[in-house]
Amino acid sequence: MSDAIIKVQNLGKRYRIRHQQSGMNYVALRDVLAQKLKTAVNPFPRKSRPPSPAREDFWALQDVNFEVRPGEKVGLIGRNGAGKSTVLKLLSRITEPTRGRIEINGRVASLLEVGTGFHPELTGRENIFLNGAILGMGRQEIKRNFDEIVAFSEVEKFLDTPVKRYSSGMYVRLAFAVAAHLEPEILLVDEVLAVGDAQFQKKCLGKMDEVSKKQGRTIIFVSHNMATIVSFCQRGLLLKDGRIEADGDISQVVSHYLQESTRQDGQFRKEASNGQTKLEIEKIGLYKGGKISTLFSPEDTLAVRIDYQVRRRISGAQVAIEVFNELSECIFSSTDQDWSGEKPEVLPGRQAVECPIDLGFFKPGKYSIKVSSSVPNLEILDLVEDQLAFEVYDDHSPVLKLGQARKGIILPKIRWNKVS
Amino acid sequence: MHNIVIEPGRSEQNYWRDLWRYRELFWFLSWRDILVRYKQTVIGIAWSVLRPLLTMAVFTFIFGRLAKLPSGGVPYPLLVFAAMMPWQFFSNSLSESGNSLVGNANMISKIYFPRVVLPASTVIVSLVDFAISLVLFAGLMLWYRFVPDWKIVLLPAFLLLAFLASFGFGLWVAALNVKYRDFRFIVPFMVQFGLYISPVGFSSGVVPERWRLLYSLNPMVGVIDGFRYCVFGGQSAIYWPGFALSVALTGLVFATGLIYFRRTEKTFADVI
Repeated sequence: MSDAIIKVQNLGKRYRIRHQQSGMNYVALRDVLAQKLKTAVNPFPRKSRPPSPAREDFWALQDVNFEVRPGEKVGLIGRNGAGKSTVLKLLSRITEPTRGRIEINGRVASLLEVGTGFHPELTGRENIFLNGAILGMGRQEIKRNFDEIVAFSEVEKFLDTPVKRYSSGMYVRLAFAVAAHLEPEILLVDEVLAVGDAQFQKKCLGKMDEVSKKQGRTIIFVSHNMATIVSFCQRGLLLKDGRIEADGDISQVVSHYLQESTRQDGQFRKEASNGQTKLEIEKIGLYKGGKISTLFSPEDTLAVRIDYQVRRRISGAQVAIEVFNELSECIFSSTDQDWSGEKPEVLPGRQAVECPIDLGFFKPGKYSIKVSSSVPNLEILDLVEDQLAFEVYDDHSPVLKLGQARKGIILPKIRWNKVS
Repeated sequence: MHNIVIEPGRSEQNYWRDLWRYRELFWFLSWRDILVRYKQTVIGIAWSVLRPLLTMAVFTFIFGRLAKLPSGGVPYPLLVFAAMMPWQFFSNSLSESGNSLVGNANMISKIYFPRVVLPASTVIVSLVDFAISLVLFAGLMLWYRFVPDWKIVLLPAFLLLAFLASFGFGLWVAALNVKYRDFRFIVPFMVQFGLYISPVGFSSGVVPERWRLLYSLNPMVGVIDGFRYCVFGGQSAIYWPGFALSVALTGLVFATGLIYFRRTEKTFADVI
């Protein structure tokens, strides 16, 4: 046998999608009964009628093959719906594969479970035991690590207080402390689903890395944040439409992915409308003085124009952009509601917004823009995965002459005053 | 070294081994639910004491005093309470295990464990309630200076029967609840309706002889008759053909519940 700790062969996962109930995958008994009754009462069923809940097979994963050696840190990347989360779900046995085979030689734990199973009525002490058990620790293991977990979480004083009285910071610290003391051979981390903010996750990862330095823990990491992935993993797996598109050195795989998902012509136009979602972004363009452009000087103003269609009245919807530098670090984000005081009521119809960005504080270099729409803290309405690339060139202004060697990710032109 | 192979249909084969592996989780979940239930100590325990006592008082008044149904020489409150214990165990388990999967949806969608652990642990919690009412029952017997029959040693056997009935129905309800999200509206109705068609407020002796076999189609009839038989002995004779039918049905419900649950369990994470 090979020395792989994870061995995946011809893996496939099929989901059945019902078209009628979009967004709901469970059925109402009421509807099923009504349907049965209708066909039972009607003595002459029309044979030509197709079966009513239109079903369609959807292969979330197909023919996926890979092996992971002990101690490897693998970054799993790809667009939404490419099958990243499905891979994790299959590896952690939450759901069964439709085809293929996975062999795992070690204990698996996943960080997407931080705080899962915490019960607000129970005390910190009780929750440590409960959460530990849920994460797969044995009673002895928890007992052995108990003091360490408590010390790490810094909540000793409140150990016998129900966690519902905890501040959110304490709650997260406790949850993390339990997760950080897991001793699995394989750790699955899904940034998209994990609880807590980026800061917290980073701390988590750092701690895990540190704890496992000696043992060389195997980690599979899913994230949309390329900067984190590149710094954390050595190997990348790129998934596209449920298949593996690239497998190899992380920076190569990431640049492959970025190249593929970045539009170089300064515009994006949705090819096929899904016709269903409440809000759909149809067109994005980067403009300079009314014309599509991808090359700008720091003196220019870049106008991002976003055309979208609203199909249903949405309360509190906003359109947002995020601007990334070449290292995939987000330098800032902005929304169309930043200046409005109250929650907007967005009415159905075609609409367009424009975001004029003064490029004065940009360092020369390559950038990309990501556009999305959401109701903050509630739902993501649409997210355009194609990023739009643009470049800010060096116009040899006095400030910029020094600029390239400057520290920092932005370069504001600040005029200093002499005060004495 | 843990060596796991994941293949379609594989979890079927390893099911019982996995269940054993996850036994600690099972105890922890039961422990959690018990803790939570009795956390607000006063209210938690008071509630599990008051509820059977109040129901007993009402039933004694309606069926014993107003309807003047026969009790076979047994104090009417005792007759009611002996039936109330298994009935409340059953109805608690049913409603709790029905919610157990949907209520723990985040656990199901985020980690793997044999899902049967969830409904099973809720039945354990109902067992604690049962133990409390058993203590109450002992108190009541003292109060009425009633000496139970020697057959009371058989009580564990009938408790097992009650357990099978509760767990069997619980498995069905839990699995159906995941699949049909409006099923939960039916459960309270089932429980309420069940109370009327089960011999809780009266002795099954009042059911005409020719209807008794039909009456025993309700598995709880067998359980309740069994309980009374244990405590009151000769005064509450069991109608054996009906009892056999109840037991057979209980076994059937349990077996099919387990089969249905296991067949749908794999998809819980996908639909919940």
